[in-house]
Amino acid sequence: MSMLLETEALTVHFGGILANSDISISVNKGEILGLIGPNGAGKSTLFNLVAGTYRPTSGRIRFEGRDITPLPPAARCKLGIARTFQVVKSFETMSVLENVVVGALVRFTNTKAAREEAHRVLDVTGLSRRAEADARELTPPEKRRLEVARALATQPKLLLLDEVLTGLTPAEAQKGVELVRKIRDLGVTVVMVEHVMEVVMPLVDRAIVLDLGRVLVEGAPQAIVRDPKVIQAYLGDRFHA
Amino acid sequence: MATAFEIRRRNQLIIAAVVVAIMIALPLGIKDVYVQNILVLTVMYAALSQSWNILSGYCGQISLGHALYFGIGAYASTLLFVKFGVIPWFGMAAGGIIAAAIALIVGWPCFRLGGHYFTIATIVLAEIGLILFLNWDYSGAASGLQIPVSGDSWLTFTFLRSKLPYYYFALGLAAVVWLVTFFIEDSKWGYYWRAVRENTIAAQSLGVQVFRSKMAAAAVSAFFTAVGGSFYAQFVSYIDPDSVMVFQFSLLMALPAVLGGIGTLWGPALGAAVLIPLTELTRSYMGGGGKGIDLIFYGAVIMIIALARPEGLLSLVSRTRHAPP
Ligand SMILES: Nc1ncnc2c1ncn2[C@@H]1O[C@H](COP(=O)(O)OP(=O)(O)OP(=O)(O)O)[C@@H](O)[C@H]1O
Ligand SMILES: [Mg+2]
Repeated sequence: MSMLLETEALTVHFGGILANSDISISVNKGEILGLIGPNGAGKSTLFNLVAGTYRPTSGRIRFEGRDITPLPPAARCKLGIARTFQVVKSFETMSVLENVVVGALVRFTNTKAAREEAHRVLDVTGLSRRAEADARELTPPEKRRLEVARALATQPKLLLLDEVLTGLTPAEAQKGVELVRKIRDLGVTVVMVEHVMEVVMPLVDRAIVLDLGRVLVEGAPQAIVRDPKVIQAYLGDRFHA
Repeated sequence: MATAFEIRRRNQLIIAAVVVAIMIALPLGIKDVYVQNILVLTVMYAALSQSWNILSGYCGQISLGHALYFGIGAYASTLLFVKFGVIPWFGMAAGGIIAAAIALIVGWPCFRLGGHYFTIATIVLAEIGLILFLNWDYSGAASGLQIPVSGDSWLTFTFLRSKLPYYYFALGLAAVVWLVTFFIEDSKWGYYWRAVRENTIAAQSLGVQVFRSKMAAAAVSAFFTAVGGSFYAQFVSYIDPDSVMVFQFSLLMALPAVLGGIGTLWGPALGAAVLIPLTELTRSYMGGGGKGIDLIFYGAVIMIIALARPEGLLSLVSRTRHAPP
């Protein structure tokens, strides 16, 4: 199995907070990797570092063997890294279609071709019916779908999904799970942050658990859910929360 | 087969053609110079506000310093004409290019500033421009420059007997800037500018080069604003810093778009059609003592829009666009 993404001792501080500390992980081509951990563990921060939204205090990021640490977010997108935001960031006054066209334009300079691509992506993500609506008119679950659609339109090799299944009804979540499988089957490598273990664990090939900014354990999903360290981290979180 | 999108675009062009046809016919029966004057200013501000709208409406970088580019346009063509005998048609192009270049130089540091800081920087820069021109002897400093008007001529773009040639030029400029905006709307820049305006961080993550997008918007916007400035210089045939580079112009470029619908294709024209005649009528009603009245009037307009219709007048009529199927 070949490696798509590799982080080397990634570390970032925010003031006194060590949000990510010495994180060295790798993502294999074609897999669905689960990234889990209690609130504040540093999952979103790690996404922001990989996508280039945050700069690491120290450490390196390699994508397809190339050091991308100094590259800005737009350049990383061009190389094939796309992400969704935990707190959705739709282009509110633009239509759903236009939101997705923005993503497609990284691959197509011609707007007509980009629009056609955007329609295809809306089809895959089940948003076609809402293509002409303004993004601000969408329901919260639809907005999460739009986040995924926009990212997918950039034709990524690596897709980072930050809690796209959170806050959905079980039926909606099930549809989301199917969508993630479909995306992987299209050849996209997926890393997903999710809280609800019952939803993610059957879906992912491998999982990494973060706690207090560090990698706690890493392994097959079945082993992770029984790991005492993981149970401890989650229970500890519950006691403090 | 034409898609719904293409049909919508075609309809926009048809509406524009009809509006232009009406505007061509409009002044034909009007001999009153005062009314002609209002028509010229209305169409000119439609063009200027449309230019402002490119940077501030579409790309979301609110400028309150566009008087700088307006003044540069006015001075560039006038200086070239008065000092070197270059006809204003070339002077206009030169003014546009100089203004675009200055917008890029100014944008280099300013676009690293976020939100309100950017707006404040534009105000300050326009004031610096005003002070520089007030003290620059070559351009006549505070006493300004007079454009020699010998008679009616399209070559030197000066007319004594009628204001109609000015009107038709301003109308042509407004139509051109409208068309530029129309084509930009369905271009990569059009999508990128709106994405930058709506959410810069999300835009970046989708491959949008934010800084470059802002620079492009600023250059296009400044170019047409300066052409408008050159036009205005010809129209009034006498310029000084206080008559072409003051804050009031920056405000008058922003207000029609804000009133009509910021970041929309028709907002600036609609806003200008309402605001400029109202401003002129208020001004003449108040007589010579009404200088401060303008500002009170603008302030009232801003407050009314903010309270009653933040999306502008156009939103009263255009809610059909996103009707569900
Ligand atoms: N931009 C920032 N500025 C300051 N502190 C930050 C910033 N981003 C994250 N943090 C802090 O870093 C820590 C990790 O946050 P992060 O959002 O990565 O956690 P998370 O694992 O995604 O949590 P959650 O499950 O709640 O989304 C938290 O303490 C958070 O407050
Ligand atoms: Mg998070």
